[in-house]
Amino acid sequence: MTVTINGEKQMVPDTIGNVQQLLEYLQLADRIVVVEINRDILQKDRHAVTKLKDGDTLELVHFVGGG
Amino acid sequence: MLRIGTYEFSSRLLLGTGKFPDFHVQRRAVEVSETEILTFAVRRMNIYDPAQPNFLEQLDLQKYKLLPNTAGASTAEEAVRIARLARASGLCDMIKVEVIADMKTLLPDPIATLEATKILVEDGFTVLPYTNDDPVLARHLQEAGAHAVMPGASPIGSGQGILNPLNLGIIIEEATVPIIIDAGIGTASDVAIAMELGADGVLLNTAVSGAKDPVKMAEAMMLGIKAGRLAYEAGRIPKKRYAQASSPVEGISK
Repeated sequence: MTVTINGEKQMVPDTIGNVQQLLEYLQLADRIVVVEINRDILQKDRHAVTKLKDGDTLELVHFVGGG
Repeated sequence: MLRIGTYEFSSRLLLGTGKFPDFHVQRRAVEVSETEILTFAVRRMNIYDPAQPNFLEQLDLQKYKLLPNTAGASTAEEAVRIARLARASGLCDMIKVEVIADMKTLLPDPIATLEATKILVEDGFTVLPYTNDDPVLARHLQEAGAHAVMPGASPIGSGQGILNPLNLGIIIEEATVPIIIDAGIGTASDVAIAMELGADGVLLNTAVSGAKDPVKMAEAMMLGIKAGRLAYEAGRIPKKRYAQASSPVEGISK
């Protein structure tokens, strides 16, 4: 399926069923990362129960240096 | 003791985490600064580099409170969204509201800052708005429920130090919440002056990260904070127009 991540279209395997699995696929599951899906911000405990489908738009953000 | 909302801190220095030469220098600077509050920005992750090092992930998060900022926001809505993204990390509920109105001066948008502050207070955040050095605006922010107000000393990253001690003094005098001088600090004397004015704390970043020796400057800032605070508590002498002898004028041997 095709999803948009951080503004770019990405092909990801259809076997990915939820956000947690997407993070695992991207090898980001053990990082401090916040996910927004279709403009909905997910609390961490929602990753595994939030389904992923073709056409979804995600933002993956983290903390970087700043003042 | 610095109290912000329900939190208590023994350090009055808040340190930004941007633009350090490397993580090693940064870690040492953070340590010697004795800070307990670190600011961060929220940005998109590079999904093609899962092994990318991240400073936050190298920190002992028991030792520091995170103060994410809403930098990048130019409207109240954008600031609120960034704040909610930051809180969804589960790591923090403090937020530095930063709504920039002008890219050249990086001065905050007072109206959008106030709007965002209202929404985020309502939403249960501990809210620290970065604001202009305007006493009336500071009052409005306090009335909106801000847990601290953070007027700038001078434009962000400019290193010009404290440009308007008069206004900052008025803000501090009238404050009902902690006043933290944020932005524009150049060196340790600026921090000491801010604290002598009665500020409750200082937030700085570039003055340390951009110094020739960031670790040494972090120590200078830590000492500047302490010196300024002690001087404020001690109470300075009034300025006089003419000299007043320190030695007795009586009993001079002739």
